[in-house]
Amino acid sequence: MPRIRGQRHRLFAAAVTALTVMSLAACGARTGEEPASGSQAAEVDTSGDTIKVGLLNSLSGTMAISEVTVRDALLLAIEEINADGGVLGRQIEPISEDGASDWPTFAEKSEKLIQQDGVAAVFGCWTSASRKAVLPVFEQNGSLLFYPVQYEGLEQSPNIFYTGATTNQQIIPALDYLREEEDVESLYLVGSDYVFPRTANRIITAYAEEHGIEIVGEDYAPLGSTEFATIATKVEDSGADAVFNTLNGDSNVSFFREYAATGLTAETMPVLSVSIAEEEVAGIGAEYLAGQLTAWNYYQTTEGAANESFVQAFQDRYGEDRPTSDPMEAAYTSVYLWAAMVEEAGSFEVEDVRAAADGITFDAPEGTVTVDGDTQHLFKTSRIGRIGADGAITEVWSSGEPIRPDPYLETYPWAEGLS
Amino acid sequence: MTSTLTRWRAPAGYALGALLLFAVAPALLSDFRLGQLARYLCFAIVAVGIALAWGRGGMLTLGQGLFFGLGGYAMAMHLKLTDAGAGQLPDFMLLYGDTSELPWWWEPFRSPAVALAAVLVLPMGLAALIGYAVFRRRVRGAYFAILSQALAAAFAILLVGQQATTGGTNGLTNFQGFFGFSLLDPVNRRTVYFLIAAVLLLLMIGVRQLFLSRYGELLVAVRDSEERVRFLGYDPALVKLVAYVLSAGTAGIAGALFVPAVGIISPALIGIVPSIQFVIGAAIGGRASVAGAVIGAVAVAWAQTTLSEEFPAAWTYFQAGLFIAVVAFLPGGLVSLRRLLARRGPRVAEVPA
Repeated sequence: MPRIRGQRHRLFAAAVTALTVMSLAACGARTGEEPASGSQAAEVDTSGDTIKVGLLNSLSGTMAISEVTVRDALLLAIEEINADGGVLGRQIEPISEDGASDWPTFAEKSEKLIQQDGVAAVFGCWTSASRKAVLPVFEQNGSLLFYPVQYEGLEQSPNIFYTGATTNQQIIPALDYLREEEDVESLYLVGSDYVFPRTANRIITAYAEEHGIEIVGEDYAPLGSTEFATIATKVEDSGADAVFNTLNGDSNVSFFREYAATGLTAETMPVLSVSIAEEEVAGIGAEYLAGQLTAWNYYQTTEGAANESFVQAFQDRYGEDRPTSDPMEAAYTSVYLWAAMVEEAGSFEVEDVRAAADGITFDAPEGTVTVDGDTQHLFKTSRIGRIGADGAITEVWSSGEPIRPDPYLETYPWAEGLS
Repeated sequence: MTSTLTRWRAPAGYALGALLLFAVAPALLSDFRLGQLARYLCFAIVAVGIALAWGRGGMLTLGQGLFFGLGGYAMAMHLKLTDAGAGQLPDFMLLYGDTSELPWWWEPFRSPAVALAAVLVLPMGLAALIGYAVFRRRVRGAYFAILSQALAAAFAILLVGQQATTGGTNGLTNFQGFFGFSLLDPVNRRTVYFLIAAVLLLLMIGVRQLFLSRYGELLVAVRDSEERVRFLGYDPALVKLVAYVLSAGTAGIAGALFVPAVGIISPALIGIVPSIQFVIGAAIGGRASVAGAVIGAVAVAWAQTTLSEEFPAAWTYFQAGLFIAVVAFLPGGLVSLRRLLARRGPRVAEVPA
């Protein structure tokens, strides 16, 4: 009995193998060749009365708390543009997908938006890991991503527009500020263990070497870690002039509590953070953060009519208690920039939109921003802010004018060898 | 009559499965959906191993992400090196690395033969080491599960920390070719799907044969009463070790196939959460049967995609509801639904939790 069954299975296995070999025989292009089936560029669906765009944010998982605010800002911009007549006479139809704080899911959803829905552009992603995961999808399909978050630089995909700051618009001005305004001569680096903090700290170390600043310590905590007693003690013992903080999310709560528990204050050893915006201040508790420094391109308190109307519109739409922050502003701006590029190009096709991008400007809440066609980044103004006891962040220093984006830090001699 | 039916049921089921995977799915699904199915099938391959180690062997393998990751990284390293070309560094090392030299432990993966062997040897070798140490000492139950999970978590943290040589949290992405064939060509991506489907079917048949063999009987005996098996003169540690090593091997194969199918391998895919998800798929489908585990793994992954596309804001609640419903009303998994509906024939022995 068992033997008969076994033979039947072997026969069957042979059939399966044969099938596989047959399917393998129908092979496609080798590497480096153009696929026989023609161009890979996915079609933008322009058949309907509306034009579809994708919103790709984590609506669940650890990143949801941050990324939902970006989704809200994107929807606000789309509603405003639609109320104003849309783009090239068409209403924008947003299709929202959940990246679920999971990088392969981001890749899958972006492919769905491009191939199934035929969106003209996708807005979203937050972490660098999610951007790295979707990058090949956008490049293979010849589609467009607008990425709204400050990041570690060293990237320049023809299929991505970076509307957040690169390192020379956030980290380097922050270091200039610490060195020139706060007379900092030694720094302690604290960060979450992922790509942005590690890359940022390599840049900071190179900067410190050039400018005679001593790096007295460098520590990483796993993402989401809440154990900071050891690190806070090391920070205290180091006697550094300031702390450069690249921690993300919840870890900041624990870090700042331990920091306060050791008796350190903003006066004795200020902490400059690059991942704490208005939204996070509320979560961490302003009492732990009062007097500390942040580096961004936009604060809710940034002066100007454009920001007043943005904050007003956002709070009318989502509630009086909702703060606005830098990534939200960059996301809001990105939709307007895309719309302006499309109007300039007179077309939704990716190649036309890219060709029209250089020099497009928008009076954003942070001030006028301009697209740099070469790098597909924005000219942005850098701002250092101080967190108040009420949770608001007020500007204490600004670069005055928009800084040219330099994602590979090519204009900084000391940064040679970093990339 | 009944015996003829039972005898033909399994081969007929596999024939139907092959028909669905090789003819129906490619004909009906778009390239994008077929790519998604390829991903689900990779999870199903892991589930085959879980059915063996957990369903039949009683070892709650909560750390399959470790072996999935080893297989995946072995394959991804080879693809990265091939993309970079001879003597060149992979792109991410140029960005994040400190040296201009390839780390010594990357070098062997240039060779396709070494990489393919590593896909099996690394996970199985590590499983053999862990298993030998653990089963000898008669560690089992929750302790074994916690240990497996801790190892998966440790591996993920190790990869994140070594950004310069492993890509850190970003993992390894952006593969251009797969053994000389361009992954940009939809024809080749289809071929990858067929490869995965074929591997899955072969592994299912193989593991099912193992269930029917003397070894399969022994494994169930060890699961149900390890002490008695020991008194009968067998070494339960060895019996469990074989199942554990084989399940690690299948997870390694799944990881290696996942890389060309999905185009990414990262620590997020091998830590605690994905490891639990592997097990959930098998539990939902029915862990004691190969088909059940495979159906469960595919169903859970498919439900996740569909629900999250339909209800991007609320899908996690639906998914949780689904899990609770199955665990509460179908402890034997989805495959027990058939028996519940039919209510005939002898009930198959319950699987202890």
